[in-house]
Amino acid sequence: MEFGTSGCLSEDGIHVDMDRLKKGEVNLGTSIMAVTFKDGVILGADSRTTTGAYIANRVTDKLTRVHDTIWCCRSGSAADTQAVADIVQYQLGLFAMMNGKPPTTQTAAAIFQEICYSNKDRLSAGLIIAGWDERHGGQVYSIPLGGSLHKQSYAIGGSGSTYIYGYCDANWREGMEEADAVKFVKGALAEAIKWDGSSGGVIRMVVLTAKGADRHLYLPDTDYQVRHN
Amino acid sequence: MTSIGTGYDLANSIFSPDGRNFQVEYAVKAVENGGTSIGIRCKDGVVLAVEKIVTSKLLKPGANKRIATVDRHLGVVYSGMVPDGRHFVDRARDESRSWRDTFKTPIPTADLANRMGSYLQAYTLYQSVRPFGITAIVGGFDSELELPVDGEVGSGPSCGAGGKDTSKKHGGPFLYMIEPSGLYWGYYGAATGKGRQAAKAELEKLDLSGEGISLEEAVKEAARIIYVAHDDSKDKEFELEMSWISGADGPTKGKHQEVPKALREEAERLARKAVADEDSDEEEEAKEGEKMEE
Amino acid sequence: MDHRPQAWGRPRDDIYGAYDGSYLQNSGPKQATQSPVVTGTSVIAIKFADGVVMAADNLASYGSLARFTDVKRLRTFHDNTVIGFGGDVSDMQYLDRLIGEIDIDQEYELEQLPDREAQKSVELMQASNLFTFLRRQMYHQRNEFNPLWNQILVAGFDDEHKPFLASVDLRGTSFTSPSLATGFGAALAQPIMRKYAATDEDAARLTRDQAVDVIKECMKVLFYRDARSLDRYSIAVVTKEGIDLKENEQLEKQSWAFAERIKGYGTQTV
Repeated sequence: MEFGTSGCLSEDGIHVDMDRLKKGEVNLGTSIMAVTFKDGVILGADSRTTTGAYIANRVTDKLTRVHDTIWCCRSGSAADTQAVADIVQYQLGLFAMMNGKPPTTQTAAAIFQEICYSNKDRLSAGLIIAGWDERHGGQVYSIPLGGSLHKQSYAIGGSGSTYIYGYCDANWREGMEEADAVKFVKGALAEAIKWDGSSGGVIRMVVLTAKGADRHLYLPDTDYQVRHN
Repeated sequence: MTSIGTGYDLANSIFSPDGRNFQVEYAVKAVENGGTSIGIRCKDGVVLAVEKIVTSKLLKPGANKRIATVDRHLGVVYSGMVPDGRHFVDRARDESRSWRDTFKTPIPTADLANRMGSYLQAYTLYQSVRPFGITAIVGGFDSELELPVDGEVGSGPSCGAGGKDTSKKHGGPFLYMIEPSGLYWGYYGAATGKGRQAAKAELEKLDLSGEGISLEEAVKEAARIIYVAHDDSKDKEFELEMSWISGADGPTKGKHQEVPKALREEAERLARKAVADEDSDEEEEAKEGEKMEE
Repeated sequence: MDHRPQAWGRPRDDIYGAYDGSYLQNSGPKQATQSPVVTGTSVIAIKFADGVVMAADNLASYGSLARFTDVKRLRTFHDNTVIGFGGDVSDMQYLDRLIGEIDIDQEYELEQLPDREAQKSVELMQASNLFTFLRRQMYHQRNEFNPLWNQILVAGFDDEHKPFLASVDLRGTSFTSPSLATGFGAALAQPIMRKYAATDEDAARLTRDQAVDVIKECMKVLFYRDARSLDRYSIAVVTKEGIDLKENEQLEKQSWAFAERIKGYGTQTV
């Protein structure tokens, strides 16, 4: 007999095998990224959520606000990453109230990491944390599956990212202008969407600068050329 | 103390009709009997100093430290009941450790002062406890550089993070004093203990809030002030203990450390000279001072 | 009908029966064991007359993906010890923080001493002491079935001020030797290092420059033959004077030009 967390299926057929549920779980088979640029950071993501090969949501928002100018890109289990982001949002809200000043991206990254590291056996969450604060400017941190924390100038993640390592490495430049950085993110995500079956739909972006958070939306039927909203 | 015997001074959790908590006021008395402690916040760091009364010839010179490190960048000195101070330090270390565990970065001086203030205040609320018999001076240097997450790997762009607000400065030297009531304020110069009046008078003469003084000057001033504030009418010997904290580019590299022996001895020599000059009409006094050399 | 929020979205008890939580029970033993995800490859080190040289490349792999190319896996402790981590990067970060806290605790003890000079003269925690701590920590965690997935080298000095080098792995198994290597390095670098320092006596005859050259040669071999390696690496030299750590070295004098003479795979000559 194999050990596991799954039990017997009851006759009513309601109770599901836990392992199967975990496997077929709503998955953010995803393309996400965040880049630093001259005035701050830009987060970007596709909008496809799948259960196996079925697209459970074609207009998902994978860019999640955890504080005014600290956001994260979520990949992996939708449930896990939402739960983690909710906890961090609560913690950062509390931090801001208790200290009378907004948290830094480091603070957010530290809290994210603690959750991901100490629950590594239970979570499937690949996160990119990007934030702007007046002391440190725009910063990007990546927390891959095991719960390690990596400071990066730009980060890519999710299943689609494997297809764009070359594109990003070849086209990345430090300290880009906002327009160029938007173009870089859009170009990378468009390629990821093109080659990765688990990525697709629209391209969402959030630009984080001293001016706050600014959302971008690009649609596939206009070849991601026109900015909506 | 007219209120003695009225019963309102027997417990913490009871106010007197005129709105006083006598237990807290008695705790302040315990502080006022303790050796003088001072803290100076200067341009490029913080200096802490304490007058350690030598209560017995059998005590080893230089042992039994009174200034404690709380985290690498934080130091605490206190006047009053030493065991209470030790517990204060233990708690401060726990607080700074728990901050590190949660946020993976050193606790800012202001946040430590806040937490310790709250801790002391809690000891004024309950029947079952007494307030702390100490006033503590907390000094720290919050890093002015970008703070990494403890243990992080990797780096951002080599050109530096974009979009910083370069007009604002962050971190720097900080000084707080926490009283038995839990009340705390930030100071340029703080003094407590027996010689606090004289020490405060001397601190006020220094230009701490304006241009500020350098760390080395502050070390010398701190030594002098402790010598001035020392109540020599009782003729008890004392030891001077001093610590300092500079920024990352200063002599302690952002750490709280004991002032090196050579510098302390030089500061003490100058302090003795200054005190002797002031009492120039009493030549004898100056010689007494000489004798205090270890 | 149960209208409480707890019941929202749940099958109705009156039709399907009460929720059966039994399948949530774990039928096997508790397993907190994980497997490494983001990993670093070999760490190598060799003793010489006045100290120890250690090196590790700057790569953190994600499976076969060379995901993070700027991960510094040599960590310093108290200006007298270098710790090199192979294996899981998140566990390395955990240990790095743990050691940082030990460092602060040591500061509390040190400041009890009469003065700064006395503090400098005693060395409360040497590499050998830190190693003992790490090895017990590793063994403890494996006993909890929750190992820290690392292979670690510790370099510095022992209580007798002699060069110290030791290794411990995720099972708590530990060794000391004039030269040590983890991962691929154990197979590829160790034989080379043993040529120069088979015994402590041999190591004591090595100069610093010789030791550094041996390490650089080994890093080159590892880059040739380890598919999870990188040509950017960190190298640290620990001596009594302190630690000389360079974190962004590039492999030099590689040998590839002979590829020109290789044609076909047997009889072909063009």
